[in-house]
Amino acid sequence: MPQNDTLFTPRLTGQNYTTPDLRAKLTGTARFAEDLRAEGMLICKLLTSPLPHARVSHLDTKAALAMPGVRAILTADELPPPADSVTDRGEVIKASPWAERALTMEPLFQGEPILAVAAVDEATATAAIAAIKISFEPLPFVVDPLDSLRPGSPNARTDGNVWMPAANPAEQAKVGELKWSKADFEAAGEKQLPLGKGGSAWAYGDLDGEMSRAALVLDETFVTPNVSHQALETRSALAWWENGKLHIAVGTQSTIQTVPAIAKWLNMAPDDIVLISEYTGGGFGGKGIASVAAIIPALLAKKTKAPVMLRVSRDNEQAIGRARPSLIGRMRAGFSKEGRLLALDMFVVMDNGPYDEQHDATTSGRMASLLYQPRAMRWRGLAVLTNTPTRGFQTAPGGLQACALLGPLLAKAARKLNLDPLAVCRINAPEGQAPLGPPQTDGSLNKATSAFVKEALDQGAQAFGWQKRQLRPALKRPLRRGLGVATGCFVAGTIGFDGLFVITPDGKLRIHSGVGNLGTQSFSDVQRVVADAMGMPWESCEILWGNTGKHLAWSCVSGGSQTIHAMSRAGFAASLDARTKIMEIAAKSLGGAPEDFAIGNQRVFRKTNNGEGLSFAEVARKAIALGGAYDGHECPNDVNKMTKKSVAALAGQGLVAVARDTFRHDGQTFSFVAAFAEVEVDTETGMYRIVDFHTQADAGVVVHPRAFAGQMGGRSMFGIGHATRQKWFYDHEHGLPLSRRFYQTRPPSILCFPEKFTWGSVGLPDPQTPIGARGIGEPPATAACAAVLCALSDALGDDKFIRAPVLADTVLAAIEPGTWRPATGLAANV
Amino acid sequence: MAIIHDGMSPFELFRPASVDDALNLAKRLGSDAWLLAGGLDSLERFKDGVIHPKTVIDLGAINELRGIRRDGGDLVIGPMTTLSEVQHNPDIRAHFALLAEAAAEVASPQIRNQGTLGGNICQDTRCWYYRSGWDCYRAGGSTCYAGEKKEGQNREHAIFGIEGCAAVSPSDTAPALVALEARLVIQDAKGKREVAADDFFIGPATNITRLNVLRPGELLTEIRLPATWANATFYFEKVRDRPVWDFPLVNIAAAMQLSGDRISKARFVLGAVAARPWRLPKVEAAVAGALRSAIAETAARLAADGAAPLAHNGYKVILAGNLVKRAILGTKEA
Repeated sequence: MPQNDTLFTPRLTGQNYTTPDLRAKLTGTARFAEDLRAEGMLICKLLTSPLPHARVSHLDTKAALAMPGVRAILTADELPPPADSVTDRGEVIKASPWAERALTMEPLFQGEPILAVAAVDEATATAAIAAIKISFEPLPFVVDPLDSLRPGSPNARTDGNVWMPAANPAEQAKVGELKWSKADFEAAGEKQLPLGKGGSAWAYGDLDGEMSRAALVLDETFVTPNVSHQALETRSALAWWENGKLHIAVGTQSTIQTVPAIAKWLNMAPDDIVLISEYTGGGFGGKGIASVAAIIPALLAKKTKAPVMLRVSRDNEQAIGRARPSLIGRMRAGFSKEGRLLALDMFVVMDNGPYDEQHDATTSGRMASLLYQPRAMRWRGLAVLTNTPTRGFQTAPGGLQACALLGPLLAKAARKLNLDPLAVCRINAPEGQAPLGPPQTDGSLNKATSAFVKEALDQGAQAFGWQKRQLRPALKRPLRRGLGVATGCFVAGTIGFDGLFVITPDGKLRIHSGVGNLGTQSFSDVQRVVADAMGMPWESCEILWGNTGKHLAWSCVSGGSQTIHAMSRAGFAASLDARTKIMEIAAKSLGGAPEDFAIGNQRVFRKTNNGEGLSFAEVARKAIALGGAYDGHECPNDVNKMTKKSVAALAGQGLVAVARDTFRHDGQTFSFVAAFAEVEVDTETGMYRIVDFHTQADAGVVVHPRAFAGQMGGRSMFGIGHATRQKWFYDHEHGLPLSRRFYQTRPPSILCFPEKFTWGSVGLPDPQTPIGARGIGEPPATAACAAVLCALSDALGDDKFIRAPVLADTVLAAIEPGTWRPATGLAANV
Repeated sequence: MAIIHDGMSPFELFRPASVDDALNLAKRLGSDAWLLAGGLDSLERFKDGVIHPKTVIDLGAINELRGIRRDGGDLVIGPMTTLSEVQHNPDIRAHFALLAEAAAEVASPQIRNQGTLGGNICQDTRCWYYRSGWDCYRAGGSTCYAGEKKEGQNREHAIFGIEGCAAVSPSDTAPALVALEARLVIQDAKGKREVAADDFFIGPATNITRLNVLRPGELLTEIRLPATWANATFYFEKVRDRPVWDFPLVNIAAAMQLSGDRISKARFVLGAVAARPWRLPKVEAAVAGALRSAIAETAARLAADGAAPLAHNGYKVILAGNLVKRAILGTKEA
């Protein structure tokens, strides 16, 4: 934003530093929710469903309640009805009758909580659960979306098996029943997704015309895996009531945004909730706003009049800790002889789990439209309910699947057209304010704020040595080399949130941040912008975070890579408010007009006489004396009501700077990554190594290089995990999960890193945001997953696998087809 | 009654300082007692609620169960010796590198620092049905969900010796000990007995509820490596889905005595293909007296002789052959 350039000189922004939480994390003094203790604290354990779908037919808790040390049992009938939601614009969203509740008498997946016991210790709670007499009426179940679409197949819910799109924008989607015909399945065969009816759809361009002009048309089906979030910190929560207010400590990605969510689940006023979440041990989207289970200890604490800790075990976490939905995609894609994607006809079936409609399917179409820029596109998506754990956002939800579905398809097109895969990525890469679907009501497309993907590809190819690597001779048997390149993208910023800080009478700057501390460092990184905008040394800045009792600003959800973009804007907005107030105070105190003054070296001074001025400490004291907007007794109308409440609480403590981000923003903000991978596949064992990996970001200005590098590495591993190892296994006859432990679900560890890993950043600022920064959390996962799949295809050949992850048995099946029956088919969980 | 997973029942913990004390405790407590080595297998099963011991005898304070020493011609390894110690011990690396290599492939560095050799070879199967508390044969029930059910998920299960149970031994070091003709000393309150590693591990036909011959009240006190295979030509390779921190899909431990390129005698043992380490006597017979390069392909074809793969684990048949060939040729690639 050029008009602000003179107000922002990056001194701290772009530099490495020690974040305020680092020492506590390294020394083990950081306290996560489950580390907390309270006098008289009870421990809560969950009784969960052993069946994929059932109704509790008999429940007798008398023996459990009679056990010494057992204080209370909470059942589903004691839950308050969930409240409707009201958006910032005042729109009412009715509470969904299909939404997940904290407890249920009709569990829809194995592991779903039925009741909770509070007792004096964990052993007593565990013994009490074992003493509960409970019987179930088994109900029909289905754990695979395509199975549920077959004629006469069971439904995951008694009232249906799919999410039916809303008939018009004023309505909400509903659960209904949809079955495809036998002919649909027969027409598709075993290796293609049937093109049955139903679902949502959008389109733009002349699909048939572009397809007819294509030099190459591919028709590919691919299956992406269901993957649990598996954050190291489970979602344990401690709750207690004090003076009518609920205090709740829980791991969440988003501190202040979790308050209204809990208020909605408990049907109570947000003002009566104090949320504590100083440290969160991983979220990846699964703890965006904590989860509904957090209300269990709150209700038990009220019932027992004692603090209650819900201790969520690893087994519980696997069930209720959220997961990415599998997408089964069929893509018909037409390419010009130069490799340009002319037409894309994309149909995805999503393994939705049993509850709220997930948006991965929808987002996959949006991301495909942006990332590959098809001239014409049709997207169709169908969310199918299954009796498997509740899904949720997971790093680049829908974006990762889009790249897994389409990245290898582009590479295959390159091979078929005898083109360099890098060239095909490049010719299809978005540029500038690139358009993307779905079409708006007037038929026009949305657009990105900026995209420098070609630059990322060029720089990444140079750093990786793409061209040279292609010229090397083949490896000796039994090794095969594979090279892969892919682009990736995801949402990387939102707008409209609040910044809030106080210049205190000791001249310090105290920032009240509602951003969650989920390990990405963004809660602190965005405040470097504030320090720069105010010309403050970092040592004079204090960040208050992780406790809404500390009067925090309304902040974005720390998910979807929004924070660095959204909150650097908000912080900058508050900084401008502070500068205005400081100069006004100077004018009032020293005479003249505000514009006669400048700010620097923690003071305000007259431009014509540097010696005449006020220190920030003096400014703060004068702000208190002036009152009104200067010290927070008045608050701007356009900030969120939660910010207003915080400002009211801070009034009189110094100069209160508060503002909503209203900076110009033309387009939707995305970040991009180009990833390059080299694999060596041992064709005799099926094992393979990622011997080299490079990832090049287009994410605007880098605010904190070390944190940025952490995201590039960690999130690349996230995508690599999807490509190489992570998946669910289900016993389909019984509808029960078999892979529940880390050693069975196989998330990548630090020791799984590619043997050589490098990263870089284009670093060009996004012109639609003052600091020029976009988020980087999500995109590396998308490109990494696709690049590794492309490299494996390069090594093994086309059409050798139709699902991710590619495990050792898949590789062996590719080398020696027909020698055994591998886990084929399009089932989501095999 | 409700079933609760991930709720460890309280137990009484004993931490004896001598083998005698441990054995006396084990005798007194009988089948209520659980002998704990590194705890990596046991504690997970406690947490899973699959077993509920009333008492646990932690062997971690018994110094005489730790360490590596020479006794005559034998190298004697205390079963509480950690896998890291086995991996790095100079004597083992110099003369029985097969075992060092196998230990080095177990799980992750952190686990090898805590896990013991005795625990690694005595660990229970990782069959996902059994570990999740399904009422299978091994757990006292009436079916094998992996092997007998039409839709059983069995990609990680047995291809040999499936007699009522398709579970496999997940140990990396057990095949190495069988290949090295280790002898295992077992002690109870009445005295000692010595068992060949070949006989220590058992399949479902012998006892469907256990993977070894240890009975309640018995303690593994020594692992003895005779000089028979010292300084032989060794080969260990482990195929797995994840490069670290994973159990084997298949592993192989091979010991060969060579005269030039000619094999005079050899032992080949596959892991994770049966409930016990699976020797390949036909391969051993075929290679005896043969040139390595000449016999590799033939031996590879014999590797899976008698295999009965399940619906999803036929790839193990291919792996068995490929690993035997690589063991003979000594060519590990990935």
